[in-house]
Amino acid sequence: MRSLLITLLLLASPVHAQIKIGELNSYKVFPAFLEPYKKGWELALEEINASGGLLGRKLEIVSRDDGGTPGDAVRVAEELLSRERATVLMGTFASNVGLAVSNLAAQRKVLFLAAEPLTDKIVWENGNRYTFRLRPSTYMQTAMLIPEAAKLKKKRWAIVYPNYEYGQSATASFKKLLKQAQPEVEFVAEQAPPLGKIDAGAVVQALADAKPDAIFSSLFAADLQKFVREGNTRGLFRGTPVFNLLAGEPEYLDTLRDETPDGWWVTGYPWSEINTPEHRRFREAYEKRWKDYPRAGSVVGYASVYAIAAAVKKANAADTEKLIASLKGLEMQSPFGPIVWRPIDQQSTMGAYVGQLAKRDGKGVMVNWRYADGGKFQPSDQEIRALRKE
Amino acid sequence: MSGSAVLLQFLNGLASASSLFLVAAGLSLIFGVTRIVNFAHGSLYMLGMYAAVWLSPKIGFWLAVPLAALAIALFGFLVEILLLRRIYKAPELLQLLATFALVLIIRDFALWMWGPEDQLGPRAPGLAGAAGIAGGLFPQYELFLILVGPLVFLLLHLLLTKTRWGVLIRAATQDREMAAALGVNQRWLFTGVFALGALLAGMGGALAIPREPANLEIDLALIADAFVVVVVGGLGSIPGAFLAALLIGEVKAFCVALGYSKLTLAIEFVVMAVVLVARPWGLLGRPQGSGSVLAEPPLRFSSIERAACGAALAFLVALPVFSGPYAMVLMTDILVFALFAVSLHFIMGSGGMTSFGHAAYFGIGAYAAGILVLRAGAPPELALLVAPLAAAAGALVFGWFCVRLSGVYMAMLTLAFAQIAWSIVFQWDRVTGGSNGLVGVWPPQWLSGKTAYYYLALALCAAGILFLWRALRSPFGYALRAGRDSPLRAEAIGIDVRGRQWAAFTLAGLFAGLAGALFAFSKGSISPETLAVPRSVDGLAMVLLGGIQTFTGPVWGAALFTWLQDSVSREFAYWRAALGAVLLALVLVLPQGLAGLATRWQSSR
Repeated sequence: MRSLLITLLLLASPVHAQIKIGELNSYKVFPAFLEPYKKGWELALEEINASGGLLGRKLEIVSRDDGGTPGDAVRVAEELLSRERATVLMGTFASNVGLAVSNLAAQRKVLFLAAEPLTDKIVWENGNRYTFRLRPSTYMQTAMLIPEAAKLKKKRWAIVYPNYEYGQSATASFKKLLKQAQPEVEFVAEQAPPLGKIDAGAVVQALADAKPDAIFSSLFAADLQKFVREGNTRGLFRGTPVFNLLAGEPEYLDTLRDETPDGWWVTGYPWSEINTPEHRRFREAYEKRWKDYPRAGSVVGYASVYAIAAAVKKANAADTEKLIASLKGLEMQSPFGPIVWRPIDQQSTMGAYVGQLAKRDGKGVMVNWRYADGGKFQPSDQEIRALRKE
Repeated sequence: MSGSAVLLQFLNGLASASSLFLVAAGLSLIFGVTRIVNFAHGSLYMLGMYAAVWLSPKIGFWLAVPLAALAIALFGFLVEILLLRRIYKAPELLQLLATFALVLIIRDFALWMWGPEDQLGPRAPGLAGAAGIAGGLFPQYELFLILVGPLVFLLLHLLLTKTRWGVLIRAATQDREMAAALGVNQRWLFTGVFALGALLAGMGGALAIPREPANLEIDLALIADAFVVVVVGGLGSIPGAFLAALLIGEVKAFCVALGYSKLTLAIEFVVMAVVLVARPWGLLGRPQGSGSVLAEPPLRFSSIERAACGAALAFLVALPVFSGPYAMVLMTDILVFALFAVSLHFIMGSGGMTSFGHAAYFGIGAYAAGILVLRAGAPPELALLVAPLAAAAGALVFGWFCVRLSGVYMAMLTLAFAQIAWSIVFQWDRVTGGSNGLVGVWPPQWLSGKTAYYYLALALCAAGILFLWRALRSPFGYALRAGRDSPLRAEAIGIDVRGRQWAAFTLAGLFAGLAGALFAFSKGSISPETLAVPRSVDGLAMVLLGGIQTFTGPVWGAALFTWLQDSVSREFAYWRAALGAVLLALVLVLPQGLAGLATRWQSSR
């Protein structure tokens, strides 16, 4: 009853000039990634409001479950815009949902900060001036693995990927970039199991039959765990280097525990070892607030809210056009270090950590890691302009 | 492929087949005896996995498996006694809605209980390594699984043929009424069978944990496969399920082995479609005994319903005057789904043709509209007119095969076609945009306002719904119902039953397609979910919620379901469970559906 009264009072108060972020995400479809993400943005929200809010007012975030499908997400976004009068949209996880909300944002002329979706298309082919994306894209993360992959001078590569856009574009980018770096490379096998339904025994056997020198995989979550266990048991990884996108993110790595394969090259987030002052500050605050360690999603949620806050501060306004102008080229601090919002495609230069997997006390960790700055793993401006049709 | 590779892949297929069989056998038993289409069977499997992962560190894997299986059996026992037993008398398929509600509740329960992260189980002690076979390494545990399948098959076979209880089960599978007439206590038989089915599902889940992490997606991923196996094998036939599991396990393994891994997206549905077209009762199934010989009373457009519809229409026309833009958005969704649900009810109710794949036509309509606008540059107005025809064409082709089957077999064939359509849309990047779908399908300028589009949706959906209702009360509709209630007599008086069914199927596809096209333009984007299983299930839920044996039920069902989904997901963190609980409550309180309430009220006066 009391909360109802408070809601009524809030509804009665004037809404102009207040920054209200309408946040939507597929919380019940991808909870492993999105619960930490939510904790991340809640922490940022509390910090910002504890230090006085934005433009002299408290920052407010209205959060919704987007149901995980484009149709539901568009309805939820409409509700955030028209009923809650959100000034900015933020969130989404799966690429198809991200693209749908991005397109709606362009239609409704409102700023959309796509936090999680990895698809290249959201800033390239389907890019629009209202959409900004924080996380390093599929292309960027694939490109980050290329230098190490090319260094090995392996000739015969096998590829395994989940059969949907993320896996397909990771595979296409990997083949293209590796071929550029190492023209004599050969791709001897390609396996595309359905997302979440890999027939791991058969896939591992088929890869082994192709006798590859090295393997590139973009599997994650349950598919990755099944693949790793079958591969370990059947000796697929013995003497065969493996490169796996995302496998170093705690969301996926932690579940592998004592199955963690040694020596795999991955992109990820070695949260326990990053010792920069900006990360230490973030990690301490996060652990203090949630009694839990941060995951990759936590950083995304945290940095997304700070990006909007930084844009508002720079623009000194909540107006969409001013926010767009202010976000383009904006330089800001993130737990991973300084990032820039590229004016050319509105992608942030937030990077990822590239390193190798190892087992320590029955748990998976990343070793030999380094930070790969997202700004350095991009195609030429000319290519991007062509893709964005500008 | 070398000989050794062929052998190893054959063994892989056998291992998958064993796991599939465990789940499918339970499902087949339950259906055979109780006629319940148990949507929650995958959820029982998932619970078995979580329970075993949870118990393993405490008592060891080999003890955890039987204990988890028993726990799930107990759970199944309780579900049958507390829930299903209350609704056996309700219209057929209502149990489906109840088990669908269970799926929602169990998934949120697992999330709450065990957290969001996938949980990889331990390796099986004693069978953790690999055996050298034909120059390759093969996991010992999978060799063990290969043996478990046939062993369970043998035990079930002995149980069914050598024990008195088994004889009763077979009697009930073949003729429920006769078994009851001979004094078999059906209540306990049903409870026992349901618990046994749950035991098998739980054991299947528990045995899977060395191979696959317990995760929240597994329930729905598995249930479709399990249904396919049951139907391909023949409903209620355990040897059939065994054979079908082998067939599908091997086909999948060799798709992967031969480099056609992309086919595995829907290969089991292709197998099912082929089997059902060739053998309408599955591999080893027998024609179903006439399940519901009880002819329903003719649908009446009761005066209460008539008044309610008039009031609703007046309300809808006036709505934009006193409500905000979001109400327009939500009401547009409701109208679209109302048309979708009515089109499904058109074939399910009077037609007696259950469809588990009605979303296919919704999706074809949506995609046709999107493709016409984005790829062919057609004006949206034209796309809106042509798209339903594309859906009707799809229904015309699929329907020709479907109307040759009946009951659950027909429902599963519609599902197979829907999944095949889905997998084409999912993979045909150049035309359909693949998994990302089509982005930027907006209505023309003059319809881009929320209110304008709402009136368009209102006009088209109301016209569509009224047309379908009119058709039901026309000679065509009566002939359709005659074909449902007594195909032989209908044929005898000169009604071309199949022809009518085929026409009805196509007409339903046409209007589902119109709903889909309206949906596409209201969202601006569509992706393969538009024609995936959950959309079909939502349609079924709407029809059943409204009341299948009523006239206007689907409209109220669609409105309530869509509104619930929208508001519950806003108010509750565990909104799936909340939605499931509301559905369960409605099933128990209003087994005849919302509109059934009106009929009951009227007849009691």
